[in-house]
Amino acid sequence: MKPKKELTFLDSPENQVKVRKYFYIFLCILLIIDFLIPKHGHFSWEFAPEFYAVYGFVACFCLIYISKVLRLLVKRKEDYYD
Amino acid sequence: MIRALPPAAVFIIGAFLIPFLKGRLKFCYLLALPAVAYLNLLYLPVGQSWKIRFLDYLLVFCRVDRLSLVFGYVFVLVTFIGIVYALQVKDDAQHMAAFCYAGGALGVTFAGDLFSLYLFWEIMALASVFLILAQRTEKARSAAFRYFMWHFFGGVCLLAGIILYVSTRGTIEFAYIGLSDPATYLIFVGFCLNATIFPFHAWLPDAYPRATFTGAVFMSALTTKSAVYILARTFPGAPILIWAGAFMTCFPIFYAVISNDMRRVLSYSLINQIGFMVCGIGIGTQLAINGAVAHAVCHVIYKALLFMSTGAVLHVTGKIRATDLGGLHKTMPFTALCCMIGAASISALPIFSGFISKSMILSAVAEKHQVIVWFMLLFASAGVFHYVGIRVPYFVFFGHDSGIRAQEPPVNMRIAMGIAAFICIFLGVYPAPLYNILPYPVDYEPYTAFHVVGMLQLLMFGALAFIILIRSGNYPAELRAINLDTDWFFRIPGQAFIRFCEHPFKALGRVMDSFILSITAWLRSTPTVSVQIENRVDKFFHGALTALPNLIFNWIRPFKSEINQLSWNLVYILVPFIILLFTLLIISI
Repeated sequence: MKPKKELTFLDSPENQVKVRKYFYIFLCILLIIDFLIPKHGHFSWEFAPEFYAVYGFVACFCLIYISKVLRLLVKRKEDYYD
Repeated sequence: MIRALPPAAVFIIGAFLIPFLKGRLKFCYLLALPAVAYLNLLYLPVGQSWKIRFLDYLLVFCRVDRLSLVFGYVFVLVTFIGIVYALQVKDDAQHMAAFCYAGGALGVTFAGDLFSLYLFWEIMALASVFLILAQRTEKARSAAFRYFMWHFFGGVCLLAGIILYVSTRGTIEFAYIGLSDPATYLIFVGFCLNATIFPFHAWLPDAYPRATFTGAVFMSALTTKSAVYILARTFPGAPILIWAGAFMTCFPIFYAVISNDMRRVLSYSLINQIGFMVCGIGIGTQLAINGAVAHAVCHVIYKALLFMSTGAVLHVTGKIRATDLGGLHKTMPFTALCCMIGAASISALPIFSGFISKSMILSAVAEKHQVIVWFMLLFASAGVFHYVGIRVPYFVFFGHDSGIRAQEPPVNMRIAMGIAAFICIFLGVYPAPLYNILPYPVDYEPYTAFHVVGMLQLLMFGALAFIILIRSGNYPAELRAINLDTDWFFRIPGQAFIRFCEHPFKALGRVMDSFILSITAWLRSTPTVSVQIENRVDKFFHGALTALPNLIFNWIRPFKSEINQLSWNLVYILVPFIILLFTLLIISI
């Protein structure tokens, strides 16, 4: 095995930082564009600025922490049923 | 051209010719079968055909309308993709099972009466068991047995419901049923089991990860989506489905986050996606039914794609658990790309197929002003991106480098994945072909600036949460563990019951036996009257009571040994079903 040859774009930390940087820029664009588009939601809160961004972020945090609690309850060894 | 055949017949008759063909001819034949089935679908006359008068009832094997045609097309399409993917598998039994299974699903889709529905329903359930059994491991065998028992239970509920329904309504027509009396509830439970509605969902994450890597592709597409079709046909607008669906979208995602087996993650996400469809059916407006059907079509393709790409990883590395995988994109870039396309589609990213269908369901829910349900579905949309959209590709193809340097899978598997990936993007960019075949006319524009930006915000900020949690070390670690689900309630008590019958219960029988014997021995020393009493006592205790534990033990013992004979037993059940079916068809010609 030649480890040098196997290095791909994502292996170098600089590139990882670069990818993350572009991702954050993309997020900022999404936040700004929110003020510029016509909105046509069914509920009043859909017209609030950045509603979806906040909800997505909070939802995923909740998801992870609820999962952690769930894991405490239901996690068993792999041979539990054997 | 002579009469078009019932769509199921093409696959089921076709399946039985497979073992007689060899080499290249077999490849061509396997590929031609779905093509023939597709042409046959095109020639099907709209309305009812292949009708048979059976006793006082009218059996209808072909009921063709817009709703059944959509599902017919997508089932044939996914069978084609699945068989391209499975071409290099040298196991005729698997190919036959796959075609019988797809035939059963088509039969269910086009059935116009409850009797033929039940017939195809059971063929589907039985044939699919072989796709698990074909894995030929001990774990797969017991998973297949549990899968079969679940579906057996569902089938019995359905049959009981149908018999009650027919006896009270006097018709076996398979049309709108609606929840009203016990018969309809029994039928509903039978359908719910296949639609994985809580608490009847546990068979899916138990069985699918144990299926063969090709079998899982068919299974992910057929059983649950045919149940979705049936619910859309029989129980549209049932309020219970709204809540059942909303709950189904939410709870599996927690399980998916903490599951280690990647195909189990996909199984939980399958339940979550069915939840969207069930919710849409519960809403029952034209937009909602259209959304549910469109989502089913898109879902069949992207779920098959996800199961194909993870199946490819399983096939070439022999590993499927997140703890064993990582960094595979270096040597399997094409599989990684396909997996990401499937993941983007299931997450409903704009320009991928999930977006054009899921947003219809969300809009339909909003139009009905179901506030809580709407928030639940939105939560599930964000969640699904989190755990399938990011997590599956991340832990398998990126993440920590596992050191595995597996090669890309064989060319036919890559072609199959390529076709599915193409359809995912094609429908996402140009949804008109799909919208045109939906049951109701579509007046819906998914690509408004507000929809696109809202969805992107929802998903991308979910991704931001993922990045923050991963980098801060707060993300739940991958662990070698399993998680309990509702199947616990019969697996553990079931095992305990068998153990109880084997040891303490039998011991109790022996103790009682010797106790009775000692009493009768003591009685024998007294006058003749006592002997008569003793005889009676002995008859009761020795003959009936003490024999009971042995009786029960003997009754359950076959269950344990039957597991090893499962495939033959299934053949014994399946063959009469198919013979019955074709006898009926021949009568009707």
